[in-house]
Amino acid sequence: MEMTTPKDLTEALTAIDQDPDAVLLAGGTDVMIGVNFGETWPSHVVGLRRLAELTAWEGNRIGAGVTYRRLEKGPFAALAELSRTVGSPQIRNAGTIGGNLGTASPAGDALPFLAAVDAEVELASLNGRRTLPWHEFLVGVKRNAREPNELIVATILPEAMPPRQAFAKVGIRNAMVISTVSACLTRREDGTTTIALGSVAPTTIRARKAEAMISSEKSPTEAAIAEFGRLVSEEIKPISDHRSTAAYRRHAAGVLAKRLLERCL
Amino acid sequence: MTVPTTPDTQTAPASAEQRVNAGIGRSVLRPDGIPKVKGNFAYVSDLQAEGMLHGATARSPFAHARLVSIDLTPALAMNGVKAVIVQDDVPGTAMYGLEHRDQPVLCDGTARYWGEPVAVVAAEDPETAKHAAAAIVMEWEELDTLDDPEEADAIDSVFRRVKVRRGDQDAHGEVVIEGYYEVGTQDQAPLGPEAGLALPDGEGGVDLYGTSQWVHADHEQIVAALGLQPDQIRCHPAGIGGAFGAREDMNLHIHCCLLALVTGRPVKMVYDRAESFAGHVHRHPARMWYRHEANRDGTLVRVQAKLLLDGGAYMSTTGAVIGNATYFAVGPYKVDSVAIDGVGAKTNNPPCGAMRGFGAVQSCFGHETQMDRLAAELAMDPMVLRRLNALQQGDPMSTTGQIITDSLPTVDVMDALVAMPLPDDTDSDNPLHLPGGTGLTTSRSHVRRGVGYGVSIKNIAFSEGFDDYAEARVVLTSVGAEVHTAAIEVGQGLVTVCAQIARSALGLEHVAVVFDDTSSIGSAGSTSASRQTQLTGNAVLEAARRVREMALERIGGDDLTDAGVWRNGELIMSLDALYDAGPIEFTARYRHPATFEADENGQGTLHAGFAIAAHRAVVEVDPELGLIRVVRIDTAQDVGRVLNPQSVIGQIEGGILQGVGLAYMEELVIQKGKILNASFTDYLLPTFLDAPDVEAILIEEPGEWGPFGAKGVGEPPTISSTPAVAAAIRDAVGKPLNRVPILPEHIVGV
Repeated sequence: MEMTTPKDLTEALTAIDQDPDAVLLAGGTDVMIGVNFGETWPSHVVGLRRLAELTAWEGNRIGAGVTYRRLEKGPFAALAELSRTVGSPQIRNAGTIGGNLGTASPAGDALPFLAAVDAEVELASLNGRRTLPWHEFLVGVKRNAREPNELIVATILPEAMPPRQAFAKVGIRNAMVISTVSACLTRREDGTTTIALGSVAPTTIRARKAEAMISSEKSPTEAAIAEFGRLVSEEIKPISDHRSTAAYRRHAAGVLAKRLLERCL
Repeated sequence: MTVPTTPDTQTAPASAEQRVNAGIGRSVLRPDGIPKVKGNFAYVSDLQAEGMLHGATARSPFAHARLVSIDLTPALAMNGVKAVIVQDDVPGTAMYGLEHRDQPVLCDGTARYWGEPVAVVAAEDPETAKHAAAAIVMEWEELDTLDDPEEADAIDSVFRRVKVRRGDQDAHGEVVIEGYYEVGTQDQAPLGPEAGLALPDGEGGVDLYGTSQWVHADHEQIVAALGLQPDQIRCHPAGIGGAFGAREDMNLHIHCCLLALVTGRPVKMVYDRAESFAGHVHRHPARMWYRHEANRDGTLVRVQAKLLLDGGAYMSTTGAVIGNATYFAVGPYKVDSVAIDGVGAKTNNPPCGAMRGFGAVQSCFGHETQMDRLAAELAMDPMVLRRLNALQQGDPMSTTGQIITDSLPTVDVMDALVAMPLPDDTDSDNPLHLPGGTGLTTSRSHVRRGVGYGVSIKNIAFSEGFDDYAEARVVLTSVGAEVHTAAIEVGQGLVTVCAQIARSALGLEHVAVVFDDTSSIGSAGSTSASRQTQLTGNAVLEAARRVREMALERIGGDDLTDAGVWRNGELIMSLDALYDAGPIEFTARYRHPATFEADENGQGTLHAGFAIAAHRAVVEVDPELGLIRVVRIDTAQDVGRVLNPQSVIGQIEGGILQGVGLAYMEELVIQKGKILNASFTDYLLPTFLDAPDVEAILIEEPGEWGPFGAKGVGEPPTISSTPAVAAAIRDAVGKPLNRVPILPEHIVGV
């Protein structure tokens, strides 16, 4: 196994330009699981921890190498909440938001937040940079739009962040658990509401019909809140697997939608 | 140094017991505690030897399949690969197993469970070994997978059937409660993985340092499987990172020894986490049908049950586990009419064997749920009903008819538990302490609180006529004494308690415990069945008393201290001089009161001792999401006599957490024989946020034969904590919930 440890972005981009099969290693909290399970045995690993640009976090531009530990203490309420749910303290010290994007798991904890606020993903290669909206970046189960010669360098949150935002995640145990269902909801003063959910479809998804319905309700009644929950349950496409059943996921998504909305009213 | 003023050799051990600082009754610190916390303790997986090779295992990808062909050449061709072994290469019987040698060392042409070892490789480094194992080409023909224990029962694919018939089979009560219950497959999930280091001795023999709970049982099986002479294999006690039953059966041990013999080099094997889940036995999943009959006043009249435990593909300890499940199927209650049928099914599911509680866990979930339902039917308090029917010393066991001569403070345990104050209703609003925890799924307004009880009885030590003994040796040295034993310290505290017992009996502070290999000392028996404090403890006690007597007799002394031998308050010989005058040591072998096999109706003196525990769980449930937090577990436990308070509390807290895990999260998800969640990502163990506060009351009514009256304490905490949590969840949500673990979808009902 070959190991490259670039000291700056250009070195890193050069390394992956020359070897598009190279495996990128940031916190290693996904890569090492793949190695331990014998699913991946990279012939070439490019380590990203020394890249200052990736660990930089300026305002609404969060470097891909920012760890959950830092996000947990950051200014974005829902991002901080979800970061606390990621793994153990050791995992949060290692795992990065860029890793969540790179792995593109439907259960990625940060993804509902990025989807709910309509974040963008910034990619760099030797040819330059491009920025994709989150939904063009996340294209399938553990698939994203990154080209092999590209590096995820940052995620960019919109200038005007929704003032009210909340995250919730259902798992069987009370900490350190992969989500059964997760959801992030944001609401603005004018009632505009977004909700994104994880672990209930091949990618993180927005429940747009439900959003449209509840956004027009300035002071939602109990009936409107219930209807919002029902619509969210309807819009998702959950499956049954070893972590839960489709029926439970559908039910829990509706409950989380209602409760998150109540938290943001 | 304190000198006793009234020396008396007859009662000297008692006065010595009071005098030593680190003797029984004290929370003496574990000698391995600080090294473990600091990362300095050598577990088996940390061991190294010069020039050692690394082993890896190729496994069956199917639960039931015929091995049509196997091609080892791709593995052998790899640089660094030194040996590849299949079943045909195994000399000797090539079979092993704890109760019955029914398991081939490597696949014998038919794989009977998913993950069964097919070939093992030794290579210069772990990665090469792993890749070589993966490079082996296996062609399989899949066979029908028998994964339904009810089908196995119907076609008589069983390891053992146990029948109990006692009393008037036509007796009937005024009230009938019938129920069906299930227990999922729990895993011991020890943090330390299976590991072994085998060192060839250059003369055709091997020294093995492996994960184990009983090195002499390993030794016997290895010798037979490899066709060696007993003195050619030496099994050494080594650093074990948790066992809970998973170390009773061997897994990589014979592979490791054989690879060392074939290559002539030390061979180390360590399972990774996924492999560990496939590589050790699990707790038996259970299906149970119960029928309780009682009179309106609450008196139990008749209990009937059918218990079906799935033993998986090989026997392991299924015979003893289904025996325990059956004999403890009624719980700690008196009833004169009993009919229990236990079945240990043989399927293509992962093999099941020993796990803390050993059969009593499964039936306890059944009988305690039945008792709660009966109490509800009779509009009685659930603990009043239990107390009314409590089994006590002098009563016959409701299943076997054995008159209980061991102490059995069932009523004291129940009363102590009920008298404990309940926690305040207004627990903190900290969202981390609500169901869902860090997930922030709820608020206090969505949460309901419930309270539930569980009471259990279990045997201590081996039963049903097993010749159960422990050997230990105490050796006087120039500075104190050594306790020699082959008993396995798995983290439970044997090393501490053996030294405490020896100190109290000898009157010496300076006592070290030395773990000897199978060639140096006789068997201590298994570190299981809550037995070592009683069995090895008694052997240590006797050996230490004899050594003290021998030391005093040699020069006519009347007291022994770390300074030496005393007479009439004067030091007459130092320990160093005593040691110079010739060795003083004694090897004791302790056997507990004899037990016997049952008759055809399951009647007889089957068990050597018993212990009772009771638990009260307070849980909070978010019924809409089905999420749970166990707020608190209160417990009272029959411990005989406390030898080390901190160790006892440690066993109680840990055991309770394992019971809490089974109640609502711990389960291997098995589909067509394949484990789908063989990782700590998906096999969920309670975290600190899931761990309830525990308050424990220790009931000290001396047992019949434990040292100083002590009883084993390891298993009872795990047994009734599960039904207590389940009952508390039912109390909170008002649903029957007849299966553990209780998952969110069961509570929500979708």
